[in-house]
Amino acid sequence: MTASDSWISAQADWLGNRAEIRVDRDCPRLITTAEHLIDVLRHLRDDPECRFEQLIDLAGLDYAEYGQTEWSTDEATATGFSRASVAATSARYSFADPHPPARQDGRFAAAYHLLSLSHNRRVRVVARCASGAWPTLPSVRTLWHCADWYEREAFDLFGIVFEGHPDLRRILTDYGFIGHPLRKDFPLSGHMEVRYDPDLRRVIYQPVTIEPRVGVPKVRRGEGHG
Amino acid sequence: MAEIHNYTMNFGPQHPASHGVLRLVLELDGEVVERIDPHIGLLHRGTEKLAESKPYNQSIGYMDRLDYVSMMCNEHAYVRAIEQLLETEIPERAQYIRVMFDEITRILNHLLWLGAHALDIGAMTVFLYAFREREDLMDCYEATTGARMHATYYRPGGVYRDLPESMPRYQPSRFCSKREANRRNRDREGGLLDFLETFTDRFPGCVDEYETLLTDNRIWKQRTVDIGVVSPERALQLGFTGPMLRGSGIPWDLRRRQPYAVYDAMQFDVPVGTNGDCYDRYLVRIEEMRQSNRIIRQCVEWLRKHPGPVIVADHKIAPPPREEMKHDMEAMIHHFKLFTEGFCLPEGETYAAVEHPKGEFGVYLVSDGANKPYRLKIRAPGFPHLAALDELARGHMLADVVALIGTLDLVFGEVDR
Repeated sequence: MTASDSWISAQADWLGNRAEIRVDRDCPRLITTAEHLIDVLRHLRDDPECRFEQLIDLAGLDYAEYGQTEWSTDEATATGFSRASVAATSARYSFADPHPPARQDGRFAAAYHLLSLSHNRRVRVVARCASGAWPTLPSVRTLWHCADWYEREAFDLFGIVFEGHPDLRRILTDYGFIGHPLRKDFPLSGHMEVRYDPDLRRVIYQPVTIEPRVGVPKVRRGEGHG
Repeated sequence: MAEIHNYTMNFGPQHPASHGVLRLVLELDGEVVERIDPHIGLLHRGTEKLAESKPYNQSIGYMDRLDYVSMMCNEHAYVRAIEQLLETEIPERAQYIRVMFDEITRILNHLLWLGAHALDIGAMTVFLYAFREREDLMDCYEATTGARMHATYYRPGGVYRDLPESMPRYQPSRFCSKREANRRNRDREGGLLDFLETFTDRFPGCVDEYETLLTDNRIWKQRTVDIGVVSPERALQLGFTGPMLRGSGIPWDLRRRQPYAVYDAMQFDVPVGTNGDCYDRYLVRIEEMRQSNRIIRQCVEWLRKHPGPVIVADHKIAPPPREEMKHDMEAMIHHFKLFTEGFCLPEGETYAAVEHPKGEFGVYLVSDGANKPYRLKIRAPGFPHLAALDELARGHMLADVVALIGTLDLVFGEVDR
């Protein structure tokens, strides 16, 4: 922890069991839950020692495949790439492959990046979603107005429902889109494709005609590899 | 008496003033805007999802295509995020090259913004003037990277190659006489740094020309003064950054407040506005071009005197030189592994931001220790700016919406990602 991060240890008392503190390479990270999120963010915004005037970014997160790889590298093998790859992740090899996400509870979260102009510092707040039929978080639109679109984006891409948001519509995907594309169980190629049909003389939607495939497998190499 | 209704009007997505593909659903009371609902995502290409499926070094090219008028600044945020997680120190010469190209990019961006904004609200000439200087800077891009726009020049650990010793020349042709070609080639005798030096001498005069056309122009002022006024408090609430925030009078510039690369060694001023209207934001951006010019000049002088490596020698991250690969087995292996598998980042998360011409461009990177990002979130400055359009435009006339879209400096590559 550097001197510039010492302010966060002063907040440790107040944060107590509301949030867990970690210090990343760039700024401190607070890990909290949906229940405490509003309290924590309001405190960060209004407390004179914090004064985070700006919500810089809000990113949805899906931890379903965290730490999984597409190629096991622990044991040496004697043949090519295809034998070592396993269709374990969203980069599966055909649409027929069953793909249940490995992890269901605590799967979704959102990361809020705050910026304090008066103290010239940043903080990252990661809030785990409450799970139910939908992952949910309270809306922070009343704290920072710009959260409006950020929450719509996280809803669109991850299906996180922000309770209290007045107008939670899709924002980036197509009109009539089905699914939440940045979820790990959504295939990279999507499910539908659009093309012009010369016979019908109009643009049509149809199931994708390409096969999903993995170009470069995802691997994890430990410290000191090679 | 006839009953008067508000009516709803559709604007775009294919409209010259929408700067790309923006669809607005406007609710109008006569010609006064009651409400705007921007529909975005028509240029959504799923950059974040694509980046999750590729090794780190294969996504740099996607960053160029986000904000496709300030290419290298996008790359800078991305490679900085990777370098932060790797804890790599990059050579000083590479830092200066990056700062120089960031500022070249800022001028490129502001010139396009200026030309397009002026064209939208009725001043044709500025566009032609702005593109004259853009062409010279595009040539710098081309000479250094081989591409006029999508450069893929910044790499984790430095930049792809050193600055060129010669500039591309004009050839006489049917469209360019020999005399004209010679005139155009006059500044192109030396290397890139010589060319940039003459450019920095000439450019403040060019900015004066743009200002002659606009700053005291009666029509320009009628179209921009008191249009879209944002108070400093609202600017913070709405998530404004960059010239949008400075136009409202908040002196916040990441290059000054959270310096990255070698910005702490640079002399420059941060212009701020007072009223927070379109005119102030115009003045701020004009002054930023002059300041960028100063920074480029300082970089040119430094780079002349300090030759050296431009990328780290760690071949786990940066490829070995071609000639080494011809005789060194290890270099060959490094090259092969780097381009087939890439490199793994330590587990962790980081956020890297740069002062992009449009505001704060940030990359939030979550790594689970693999060779591909687990999650890559791009913080595009245009996204919150466009979200504020509804608030900015309420009560203004329909024609002012065009001025407002111009002042937000929107590029849909970054808004839609």
